[in-house]
Amino acid sequence: MTITAVEAAASRPAMLVKEKIERVIGILLLVGLTLWLIWNFTTAPVQFVNVGLAGLRLGAIYALIALGYTLVYGIIELINFAHGDLFMLGTVFSSIFLVKLFHAGTGSPLDWLLMVITMVIAMVLCAGLNVTAEYFAYRRLRKAPKLAPLITAVGISFIFQWLGMRLNGSAQLNWPMVIPKGGLTFGEITLDYSTIVVISVTIPLLLILSYIVQSTRQGKAMRATAQDQDAARLMGINVNRTISFTFGLGGAMAGAAGLLFLETFGSTRFDLGFQLGLIAFTAAVLGGIGNLQGAVLGGFIIGLIQAFNDGLPYGFGQRWSQSVVFAILILVMVFKPEGILGKRTIEKV
Amino acid sequence: MTTASSAGETSNGRVGEPMLTVDDLVVYYGKVAAVKGLSLRVHPGEIVTLIGSNGAGKSTTLRSISGLLKARSGSIDFDGQRISGREGHEIVAMGICQSPEGRRIFPRMTVSENLDLGAYLRKDKEAIESDRARVLDLFPRLADRITQKAGTMSGGEQQMLAVARALMGSPRLLLLDEPSMGLAPVLVDLIFNTIETIRDQGTTVLLVEQNALAALRIADYAYVLESGMLKMEGPAAAMAENDDIVRAYLGV
Repeated sequence: MTITAVEAAASRPAMLVKEKIERVIGILLLVGLTLWLIWNFTTAPVQFVNVGLAGLRLGAIYALIALGYTLVYGIIELINFAHGDLFMLGTVFSSIFLVKLFHAGTGSPLDWLLMVITMVIAMVLCAGLNVTAEYFAYRRLRKAPKLAPLITAVGISFIFQWLGMRLNGSAQLNWPMVIPKGGLTFGEITLDYSTIVVISVTIPLLLILSYIVQSTRQGKAMRATAQDQDAARLMGINVNRTISFTFGLGGAMAGAAGLLFLETFGSTRFDLGFQLGLIAFTAAVLGGIGNLQGAVLGGFIIGLIQAFNDGLPYGFGQRWSQSVVFAILILVMVFKPEGILGKRTIEKV
Repeated sequence: MTTASSAGETSNGRVGEPMLTVDDLVVYYGKVAAVKGLSLRVHPGEIVTLIGSNGAGKSTTLRSISGLLKARSGSIDFDGQRISGREGHEIVAMGICQSPEGRRIFPRMTVSENLDLGAYLRKDKEAIESDRARVLDLFPRLADRITQKAGTMSGGEQQMLAVARALMGSPRLLLLDEPSMGLAPVLVDLIFNTIETIRDQGTTVLLVEQNALAALRIADYAYVLESGMLKMEGPAAAMAENDDIVRAYLGV
């Protein structure tokens, strides 16, 4: 830390001009974005609000997935490429339990209880899979060069996809849903039932997660392990168990996201994780990878941007959805490489 | 004073059973041997110092005792129980805490949180509180900084925190790795005086130091390491008085 401070001080005059230019361009981009939003809002205010609500719903799902990336990166600096596929398995597990085994989706009030039970099952299964992958693959490579666990994560991603294909088949499957279509209407504005459910499940999950990390003994062990593994060992912290626990937490969030996705879009695909995983990863990087609040903020921002782009009268349209998201990632990397809430020094967990 | 060849055969006036017994310890970093057959004893109530030049294997020895490194061969016993091969957290639970080389405090946590982590395995709330009061009494400077992020403190304050954090584990054996490194002379004296106080309050200390003369002044017994091997051992006072030894091995 001292060294970087000294280096920064030494190169200050050269940095100043470059920093100023970067800041000006960055501000111009933000102003442009704001103007675009205002323009759309004044043109079609009702559409703007409806699309924004859909963006929040999507953003909540992204946030839950992004947390899994950021938790794992925070503790062992691994970009867990298999995480998107873990989320996909969350959707598949949810469909199997909720529809195939519990026969929910018939409109009976009992469905809601079954949905909650299914979510818990999906969370447990995804947590278990993530912990298992860590135990059998990443743990052996903890002292190996960074590239080894990274490639291993890509391998695990294929294994998860294969598992998804075994369970779900190679085609997209559509499922009956517990959450009814439609929603509460306020004039022309519709608050979808699925949005209400997604948000009211996501917020408590985020609060619980934040409580675990900030205030419990296990959370303290996580933060200590993230900062210095050997020092954590010297405190008597069981580092292996702490890392397992972190993978478990991330997996549980992916499982919850899986059920919420199923109940929002009603379909499952074995290759869903690739795309959604990359977008959620973008959200984590946007917010500042390793930073929990950052992952949530990034998730909601990406969800809103995607919804606005796809649904507003003056957007690029759905065909450009992915391009817009990743263009934003590139812009953030250029102007604020540490992410919105990230610190210049790598902030973990 | 004895040479390495008779190590372990004489008690050198040390009484009772040793608390820590290291026998024929061999530790490798990859293909390089850092410790090549080291044996040493620490008796209850002692300050034992491990001195020698850079790369002599002192820190490696401490890291092995704490379970951060696995021994290639040899054994480490604590209170008659084998601890070599056990996990770091199990060794802490048995009563060995370490203030590691380079301090290794948690920079993004407050001083208070760092001290809490030192007592991570303890459940005895009242005793933890009284230990907290005790370490803040030993290092009043930390009390002034209690809510500050540890990474923003000076090197000397971080060193005090590292020692205080290790004490929060209420160890029966405290391992200190270079507690005086990089500190101003005034702080070096303070740290060494504090180590004596810690011993007087009942904690046994195994001290690794490059500042050999200062270490010998407070230690009861000393081991001199060179290239991973024991060069010499004996009561610290006698060693400090022998000019030949001081010149030859302690680089003064």
